[in-house]
Amino acid sequence: MTDMDDARFPPLSNSLPRGERGPVGGSGAGADAGVELNGALSPLVGESGREGAPGAVLDDQANLRTYSFAYLDEQTKRMIRRAILKGIAIPGYQVPFASREMPMPYGWGTGGVQVTAAVLGPDDVLKVIDQGADDTTNAVAIRGFFQKTAGVATTTRTADATVIQTRHRIPERTLQAHQILVYQVPIPEPLRYLEPRETETRKLHGLEEYGLMHVKLYEDIARHGHIATTYAYPVKVEGRYIMDPSPTPKFDNPKMHRSKALQLFGAGREKRIYAVPPHTDVVSLDFEDHPFRIQTFKEPCALCGAEGVYLDEVILDDRGGRMFVCSDTDHCEERRAEGHRGALSGESR
Amino acid sequence: MYVAVKGGEQAIAAAHRLLAHERRGDRSVPALTLAQIAEQLTLAVDRVMAEGSLYDRDLAALAVKQARGDLIEAIFLLRAYRTTLPRFGFSRPVDTAAMLVRRRISATFKDLPGGQCLGPTFDYTHRLLDPLLAGDPDLPDPAERPADETAMPRVTDLLNDEGLIEPDPAETDAPVGDLTREPLSFPADRDLRLQALARGDEGFLLALGYSTQRGYGRTHPFVGEIRLGDVEVEIDVPELGFSVAIGRITVTECQMVTQFKGSAKAPPAFTRGYGLVFGHQERKAMAMSLVDRALRAGDLGEDRVAPAQDEEFVLSHSDNVQSTGFVEHLKLPHYVDFQAELDLIRRMRAEIAARQEAAE
Repeated sequence: MTDMDDARFPPLSNSLPRGERGPVGGSGAGADAGVELNGALSPLVGESGREGAPGAVLDDQANLRTYSFAYLDEQTKRMIRRAILKGIAIPGYQVPFASREMPMPYGWGTGGVQVTAAVLGPDDVLKVIDQGADDTTNAVAIRGFFQKTAGVATTTRTADATVIQTRHRIPERTLQAHQILVYQVPIPEPLRYLEPRETETRKLHGLEEYGLMHVKLYEDIARHGHIATTYAYPVKVEGRYIMDPSPTPKFDNPKMHRSKALQLFGAGREKRIYAVPPHTDVVSLDFEDHPFRIQTFKEPCALCGAEGVYLDEVILDDRGGRMFVCSDTDHCEERRAEGHRGALSGESR
Repeated sequence: MYVAVKGGEQAIAAAHRLLAHERRGDRSVPALTLAQIAEQLTLAVDRVMAEGSLYDRDLAALAVKQARGDLIEAIFLLRAYRTTLPRFGFSRPVDTAAMLVRRRISATFKDLPGGQCLGPTFDYTHRLLDPLLAGDPDLPDPAERPADETAMPRVTDLLNDEGLIEPDPAETDAPVGDLTREPLSFPADRDLRLQALARGDEGFLLALGYSTQRGYGRTHPFVGEIRLGDVEVEIDVPELGFSVAIGRITVTECQMVTQFKGSAKAPPAFTRGYGLVFGHQERKAMAMSLVDRALRAGDLGEDRVAPAQDEEFVLSHSDNVQSTGFVEHLKLPHYVDFQAELDLIRRMRAEIAARQEAAE
């Protein structure tokens, strides 16, 4: 059975040549499916929402295309929601889903964007970060995409967001139960670089055969004296599946453990979704004599003086001058607003 | 002084404005019209339609224009549009034997029913730059002759009469796979493999097909036939109880006749590799048929040793929209991960330095 059997082939006589009528056979699993799509939520969801049609519609008059709420048509969102629900039911298991081509390139967050589009409702407040920052170019582009296609409120403040899409970081502020963290994932398979074949890795997961991974970590220690994985550090979820936390630095791994927030992972090019439900055990792999350790920084943030946060190294000149600043820009700004100062904050604004 | 990396939004807007400016080029030169692209850059348009998996010349021409002639970017534009369209059904198999043929050649028979028909081809042209084309020279009208009423049966059907080639697989009621609606999983059936190849990157398939000719999975291919022309697309309409033609498309078909197979029970027969592509794209259709045949190695009991025979390798890497996205994503900031690597490498170097110091 496929996810879309009932909805995929609406009767031909009802079909528009280049448009789409409303979803056939029910309006999807989420609260935001269907009706409100014709509203003035989005500048692109225009008056041409003919017969209440979500999905791509070609406006005869202006010849302008309009799109569904959050871009994806309702059947696609329903298909993605089903994959998400399955992922939540089997924490850490990679659920194949019929990933769509998105109007941004594969590898630039299409998985995260599809997951966000599927969970986003009109009342949500969206935050998008890349490398911990709200104003890195790709984060700006993705935030702009949802402003345009969903018309949702956006924020840079972690505390105010209900949905946070991220690439490579988990915010420093502890996430709460009403929040969803959506990760962009390039390679969802933690065993991929040990075994390139999907047919094999799926078998290994099925048999819970994770010896390969432990041997890899052991060989790191034998060769370098350290586990040489510093980001995308493998974790075991709820004692069963080994999972790739996406290329977040291992510094962020402990934040995933028993988080109150729902964590969803979308890999568009690789067509996989997986999830960590709230309060789930997420344990970084290690050995008794080589326990897992996160990165530490010698100095605090040069702007806000924060310690115990992840820092970016900024090169100041060509004479070895450098400074370390918070990777989480919202966290840094908030601390500075509270009056915290770092060594170099006098010079900056 | 450190200025936080701010202003991404303005930077993006400005970059896009500059892009639009550069796309237009010198504004004293008239802008290209879509008709010019669709009529004079037809093969670029064909490629964009084929790999964009959407048969619409006007939109493909628009994509070529918008992408400044970057065909992979144009393919991406078309795909991103296609994905928003509903899929309301699938067509009956197109009957290429009933094609309105513009070109048809066979390398296996000197003459055959329907004859050889060269049609519009670069083959046998001397590749000399033509200075006259810098202008718009008058062209003689193409030669014409009355339409030949002879049928043009497919070469593979002729071979099949004698049982010399494996028959086409029987038509089944099994649903046709669609990798744009279901995630591809391995092993994939031939319908999905052919779909992936038809959308696949021409350059990638060309290289793989070439590799089989050079011994990496050799299949002893002959071009049974290449034909180019228009076919009708029909769909079944459940309400009517019969099929209806919904349009006509140009396709290029290549049937490769390849290494024979036999066994104790079955007498030897040639095998096939199949290629079918939107528009006029012989190179792609031929490469596709070579790779299709190579991918059948497993089904035909051959050892799978070469890259072109490796289904997971070929299908996972044939899509140029996926490839270009992931390769180009390396442009995105990775400084968080790089910082993690810096931290580790410094730590390891410090440890070694300390050890050496202690030893001295």
